[in-house]
Amino acid sequence: ASQERSKSSHIVALFNKKIKDNRTLYVHLNSGEKKNKCEYLDFWRDVSNVDTPVDIRVPAHSLQSVKLYLETYEIGYSVMIEDLQAMLDEEQQEMDSAARSAEFFNTDSFDFSNYHTIDEIYSFQDQLVAENPNLVSKIVIGQSYQGRDLNVLKFSTGGSNRPAIWIDTGIHSREWVTQASGTWFAKKIVTDYGRDPALTAILNQMDIFLEIVTNPDGFVYTHTSNRMWRKTRKPNPGSSCVGVDPNRNWDAGFGGAGASGSPCSETYRGPSAHSESEVKSIVDFVKSHGNLKAFISIHAYSQMLLYPYGYSYTPAKDQAELHTLAEKAITDLKSLYGTSYTYGSIIDTIYQASGSTVDWTYNQGIKYSYTFELRDTGRYGFVLPANQIIPTAQETWLALMAIMTHTNNNPY
Amino acid sequence: MGVMIALVLAVCGVTGSPTVTFRPETASTDVPADPNIVPQMAKNTEQEQLLVIEVPEEDVMETGELNPNQYPAQRAAKVVQHYLNTRHGSPFKLFGLQRVHGGNAEDVADSGRKYQLEITVHEIISNAAQKCSVEVLFPRGEKQRSADVQASCEELLKINTTAQEQALYEQFKTNKSLVSAQYLPDSHGHIEPQNKPLWHLGIVASSFVMLKESSENSLYNMAQVVNITQQATEDDHLKFDCHTLLHELVSQEIVPWKLLFTWSPAEGVKVVQMEQLPHCHECEKPPNSD
Repeated sequence: ASQERSKSSHIVALFNKKIKDNRTLYVHLNSGEKKNKCEYLDFWRDVSNVDTPVDIRVPAHSLQSVKLYLETYEIGYSVMIEDLQAMLDEEQQEMDSAARSAEFFNTDSFDFSNYHTIDEIYSFQDQLVAENPNLVSKIVIGQSYQGRDLNVLKFSTGGSNRPAIWIDTGIHSREWVTQASGTWFAKKIVTDYGRDPALTAILNQMDIFLEIVTNPDGFVYTHTSNRMWRKTRKPNPGSSCVGVDPNRNWDAGFGGAGASGSPCSETYRGPSAHSESEVKSIVDFVKSHGNLKAFISIHAYSQMLLYPYGYSYTPAKDQAELHTLAEKAITDLKSLYGTSYTYGSIIDTIYQASGSTVDWTYNQGIKYSYTFELRDTGRYGFVLPANQIIPTAQETWLALMAIMTHTNNNPY
Repeated sequence: MGVMIALVLAVCGVTGSPTVTFRPETASTDVPADPNIVPQMAKNTEQEQLLVIEVPEEDVMETGELNPNQYPAQRAAKVVQHYLNTRHGSPFKLFGLQRVHGGNAEDVADSGRKYQLEITVHEIISNAAQKCSVEVLFPRGEKQRSADVQASCEELLKINTTAQEQALYEQFKTNKSLVSAQYLPDSHGHIEPQNKPLWHLGIVASSFVMLKESSENSLYNMAQVVNITQQATEDDHLKFDCHTLLHELVSQEIVPWKLLFTWSPAEGVKVVQMEQLPHCHECEKPPNSD
């Protein structure tokens, strides 16, 4: 497409059916005396034979005279593009937009400081695997209600069913800083393996599983329709309200206070425990793996680090250790940018919540079960500015490293 | 203390977590008849219902010394933020709760529960912070009454924003057209610089709602200003109509409110009308493009 700005121009297709003399067109357009006129016309489809129309681009200032000329000689024409410049501008805009968003050639050029669509994140995952085939693989643990793959990245340096750490982000779709951080964590792992002693030590003994878009249907919905959507997108029979809260759908205190029985509620527990495929797929994975030692589920916002229980005031058996480790983790987190976190059990720190993820995983015997609530504390809330993605991911990573290091150093 | 508290809590049973119900919308009694506001048609379907966050009556909150890591002190402290914003907020002055240091709570017979807290408040735009001693009384019995707050954060209130406010006010007054903006912030958390004062005004106006609606069983933050539109007025103050989304953390609900409010440097923000909008189950709001 032409780079120069041109005044609006028309493309005119010349139909030769109407001319009386088949050769008139040819002659007139190419005759010496008419040549001057032709110099100002840009033929996009040149004269070939009398049966085929020609296409010409007419600059705006010539439009009147060209039309008059054609009408005078009874040469039929029709306008195909009213305003060429507008079309070019629009096309350029689309191209710029596409260049900004989707296309990255490798994970080094992925823009971590911006929010991405599900397609971009899924492409990133495949690209990361392709670039690091000896460290990263992708496992599809199931499908969402609407049939989207539930992708988990496995980071492993070998062994067979090694003790492992699970991290998930995006279980609540509106918490965009979490999926964004998850992609950053994925890249961080491959970058630091072999360079950072602490991470290398962990990966030499343990595997890491990372599910970045844990609620893909909800995530798509936050892009297309409602930025504040939290739940899954499964319809509820007998109700016009859609979705189940995937963090109230786990079989831990299910049915008790701390979740809602109303499909219209943001904390609807669902018709039964593990009714949501997004949840059931993780349940099945955890049970069949059988060797997870830490389970970290990442949410936003509130700046909290939480451990079980949410459904009960009964302290977790390992409360003392979990509390001390949480304190270490948030101290490390704070060291980077001064971000303050509160910490404690779910029920003491934030609110009572039944059917939550880490209550179930803890009851399965996964001792180091934690929930994060990332930035901020309400100023922007769910719509955290993109320029905070990387700082958030960086500081959170320090807390994750504290938990993973402790897990690795304290086998059980 | 630890053991005693555990016993007390066991006897009381599980804490009050808000239940959410949906009732058909009826004409709100708070809203005076105003020919300019067309009430929503009350529909007795699930589609258009007002969110009712029912707060259980059980008295299960901590009394005595409060752990600043835990929600009772945090929720009470957040109310102070809303209070300060209603009193002193402006397009160039906004308060945020930065930190809860500690405090205690006690029942006051026939009144309610009183929280005394040490908190750090910051003024977000200048980034100045101050430690303040505050008191929040959550009333008992009268459901409609909002919390009483005593807070003096004198240093922060001294921050002088008069010049900027006056300049903005003049700008609005001399502008030929009425301003409006949508989706502040947008999906990516972005706000155009010229819209920031409008966003701040939306937050201040919403603080009146958040203050009114807050209880020991809730925690409110602004989620988003859906739109804010300047209204024509003969008066000295400026007038705005805005549609905002509040996020109630405990129920996790997004609660839409419509507000009509005025602002001038001299008078600050005053809310003329506030109306909770029907809960939108399938809000097909056009999102901001990526």
